[in-house]
Amino acid sequence: MKHGRYPFIIGFLIVPVAIYGTFVIAAYVQAFQLSFTNWRGFSPDVSYIGFDNFVKLFQDSTFWKAIQHHILLLIFLPLLTIILALFFAFLLNVGGGSKGGRTRGVWGSKFYRVVFFFPQLLALALVAVIFSRVYSSDDSGLINGLLNQVGAGPVLFLADKNLALWSILAVLVWQAVGFYVVLFSAGMGSIPTEIYEAAALDGATRGTLFFKVTLPLLWNTLQVAWVYLGIAAFDAFALVNVMSVDRGGPDGATTVLGLEIYRNAFDYAQFGYASAMGVVLFFLTITFAALTLRVTRRDAIEL
Amino acid sequence: MTEIFKPEVDRRTLLRRAAAVGLLATPAVTMLSACVGGGSDDKDAAADKPAGTVSATNPLGIKEDEPLEILIFNGGLGTKYATDVDIPSYNKLFPNSKVTFNQAEEISTVVQPRFTAGNPPDMINNSGSKLMDQGALVQAGQVQELTDLFAAPSVDIAGKTVKDTLIPGTIEQGTFNDKPYVLNYAFTVFGLWYSGKLFKDNGWTVPTTWSDFTALLDKMKAKGITPFGYAGANAPYYMYTLLLTSAAKIGGADILKNIDNLEDGAWTNDAVKQAAAAWAEIGAKYSNKAFLGLKHTEVQLQQNQYKVGLYPSGSWLENEQAKDTPAGFDYQLMPVPSVTTADKLPVTALYAAAGEQYFVASKGKNPRGGMEFLRHMLSKAGAVGFTQLTKTLTVVAGATDGMEISAGLTSGNKALGAAGADTFSFRFDTWYKKLDDELRAATNELIYQGGTADKFVTRMQKAADAVKKDSSIQKFSR
Repeated sequence: MKHGRYPFIIGFLIVPVAIYGTFVIAAYVQAFQLSFTNWRGFSPDVSYIGFDNFVKLFQDSTFWKAIQHHILLLIFLPLLTIILALFFAFLLNVGGGSKGGRTRGVWGSKFYRVVFFFPQLLALALVAVIFSRVYSSDDSGLINGLLNQVGAGPVLFLADKNLALWSILAVLVWQAVGFYVVLFSAGMGSIPTEIYEAAALDGATRGTLFFKVTLPLLWNTLQVAWVYLGIAAFDAFALVNVMSVDRGGPDGATTVLGLEIYRNAFDYAQFGYASAMGVVLFFLTITFAALTLRVTRRDAIEL
Repeated sequence: MTEIFKPEVDRRTLLRRAAAVGLLATPAVTMLSACVGGGSDDKDAAADKPAGTVSATNPLGIKEDEPLEILIFNGGLGTKYATDVDIPSYNKLFPNSKVTFNQAEEISTVVQPRFTAGNPPDMINNSGSKLMDQGALVQAGQVQELTDLFAAPSVDIAGKTVKDTLIPGTIEQGTFNDKPYVLNYAFTVFGLWYSGKLFKDNGWTVPTTWSDFTALLDKMKAKGITPFGYAGANAPYYMYTLLLTSAAKIGGADILKNIDNLEDGAWTNDAVKQAAAAWAEIGAKYSNKAFLGLKHTEVQLQQNQYKVGLYPSGSWLENEQAKDTPAGFDYQLMPVPSVTTADKLPVTALYAAAGEQYFVASKGKNPRGGMEFLRHMLSKAGAVGFTQLTKTLTVVAGATDGMEISAGLTSGNKALGAAGADTFSFRFDTWYKKLDDELRAATNELIYQGGTADKFVTRMQKAADAVKKDSSIQKFSR
């Protein structure tokens, strides 16, 4: 077995590693390099300006605004998505009570399972366009068309500073829930039914079943979901770019780091500055992932 | 086997991978901008000298068998004018120079990597929402100086140099620190557009004073029409051009010059404040806040459906809306009514400017050929063809005089004639894109979100001062 093992492994890995090295590692190194320059993107020569980009960045109010939005997303995107997904997954798998020794979902759960997954199948750009129509501020908007009928509209979902980010957050949650329903369903499926049966025999209600049985046994899956969603909260570029008023508006109320990087690089031709933002985003994401892994570390319950 | 499927190991690996996915966002920027430091930088010295023999038919001295590559933005103006008018004109004189025609909807995506790699197309139409920062291009030495082009004789207007055939101000519009680098080819007039039919059916007339203007808006409102509006989602630019037009009328064209030159107090000036206050009131009383969430095409469509009375835009509007405009709509332009009775400029004064940038890459393979191509665009035949195909005037003075092309074009042309020398424009929006973005947000706040003139001017002054102080941004002046 030992003989020829390394050529075998290398043979498998060489292509992906080469691709990863070129398109990820090399690009990273270059982003770090560019963040110390004032490169404007139109000539092959670059000049180094030390930490100027970073000094400027920390005085940039738009940057801090974007950070605030990430913090808000970081709290609410995982929280709302996980709560909703857990609720739905519980209903789909356990919510129907047990019959003949098997736990079941609510009536029609097979159908719902498919429906919940639909948003995941749509490209993010499509989701953004669809919701632009849903939120549209005049009669052509799905929601405002109805609200205007009863004289309650229009609600400026995307154009109101206080509503815009929440409206986009709602779309992010809508899009993500389906995937986590499936993830949690799989997790719940691996919980032995005997545990539920035993609990049910002891007279546990559905609520007790959920909090005392399902949730603790699902902890590892939750942890995965939290990190995934946290990283999604550091992105949100596509939705904001397509949906928001005046790209990241109104008045910067929905802007995110991804969008600011894009804007500085491709609109203002400040590639050096944009790279500095990218470097900051890199460290933010790494810090978040490391923190989450540390804080949520818990011994897995052996089944 | 047991080793591999130990769940704890598996999940933690998964988490690490999840972290890696998030990190992919960062290198995307450098990937998109291609490799830096890869191109060579050794052939710019030759760019300014004729490569071929100078003659009467070849005043720029292009090498007659050198191929030429042009790149045209495919947007509201289309690309037909280049393929059907300008390339044939160029090839008539230089049949041996093969022209490679390319078009793009996202100019910077297509061309920017080629600039960093050192093999740009020879002539580029830098336009559209993804246009490249022209100031940064000039700063990087990538743009060919056009002095020789403007001094060359016109292709088909006998006895005149190219410079003589242009509307005054054209060359200045493409000048960066006293040298001409960019040809702004399309000539646009800016004002309030309305339906001639709607006005005729209701017996409304074009107002010249502010009280007549608000009276007209009241009449429209009574009819159930939204009197005025612009699209806040992506076109606050139209609104601020209107607002600054009013400011220039109140205080004279120098108001705009001071803003361009980042003068101290250029925004907190009384004229700007008065214009902002006047338009804030119109926005609050005569518009629909829901427009803040709409895109320009949506509001323009509503005007075509006779649901919006007046719409601020440039003369490209008629062509842009061609397929949605009902028969007999009759696009007409009205200059912005005077805000006060003591305005420095008459009511006929207009925001009018050469726009739509065309430039030659100085480090391309055939910069002289690129300039020659521009000379053909600036011929009378080139200008007439462009106007016929795009319903947009060019900077070639009087090229289409006496031709009936469309109602809106005629109306714009008439307004331009009435304005005489009282035309003005600003350039800060292309010089300092950051200031443009700030102004968009500030305008939305002022008109649709209950902002005040004081807040507006203070905010803009602060933004302008910040740009002025920022040493990383190259400054321009006029």
